[in-house]
Amino acid sequence: MLKEMIGRRSEKTKNVIERGAVKKFAEAIRDASPLFTDEEAGKQSVYGRNIAPPTFPVTFDSGSIPGLNLPPKGLIHGEQKYVYTRPLYVGEEVYCWIEVKDYYERTGSFGKMGFLIMVRYGEDAEGEMLFSEERVIIINEAARKEMVK
Amino acid sequence: MSGIGQMEVGKTLPVIRLEPVSRLDLIKYAGASGDFNPIHTIDEEAESAGLPGIIAHGMWTMGNLAKLFTLYLGEGFIETYSIRFKGMVFLGDVVSLQAELTEEESGKLIFEVAAVNQDDKRVLAGNLTFSLLANQPPAAERS
Repeated sequence: MLKEMIGRRSEKTKNVIERGAVKKFAEAIRDASPLFTDEEAGKQSVYGRNIAPPTFPVTFDSGSIPGLNLPPKGLIHGEQKYVYTRPLYVGEEVYCWIEVKDYYERTGSFGKMGFLIMVRYGEDAEGEMLFSEERVIIINEAARKEMVK
Repeated sequence: MSGIGQMEVGKTLPVIRLEPVSRLDLIKYAGASGDFNPIHTIDEEAESAGLPGIIAHGMWTMGNLAKLFTLYLGEGFIETYSIRFKGMVFLGDVVSLQAELTEEESGKLIFEVAAVNQDDKRVLAGNLTFSLLANQPPAAERS
């Protein structure tokens, strides 16, 4: 049933990169560089403004995919990949959506595992692509059974 | 600070060793990231999921690993950053962050990156492309 989800996507959802959220995020990974958090340092930088850390997109709302109900337990985060065209700017609007790129099953030493590949995309207000964030989620058999209940 | 653009292939960035992982680190990350999966913060939930104790969010470690490059963001930006999660990080673990320049081509620096625990086990590993900004004057002309 997860296979049927391949190609499905959410509606684009608007996010604003808030200064306070970036500061809190940078502090949580103990990377509170002035380039992320200090307005004056941002202005003086090559970017002319503050930028966000590369894993900041985990905070974005990208809407939900109709019909996709992942179990709350039994998921393992296998891989994560970011591709950027430029850094994200503090204060800018980012329009995000998420898509099921692929789903397949493999039998290994832990039984049959499902591999769900989800990609989040982000565009700026002009529709220029800013980043993609690909996530590989491994779903064990018990969790899959939970989904059909 | 000498620039990342002058690095030679085979060289490594200075290793960053994190403080032992604390529960507060993970509570803060849960709040900042919005990932409230309780296996990262609540002992009973971790145990009922079959874990010996709470584990760090994989993205906490991946977020930390990127800070090896923060000092150099004036010279360029992180264009690709790809990680495979290979092991769990528990409370009290001491994680070290590593990056080695493996390839350089037309303004793109490709690093192998890893986070290893106190037993030298890789908890995550992958690669990162650092893209140098094109219109930067060469280091010798800056002052």
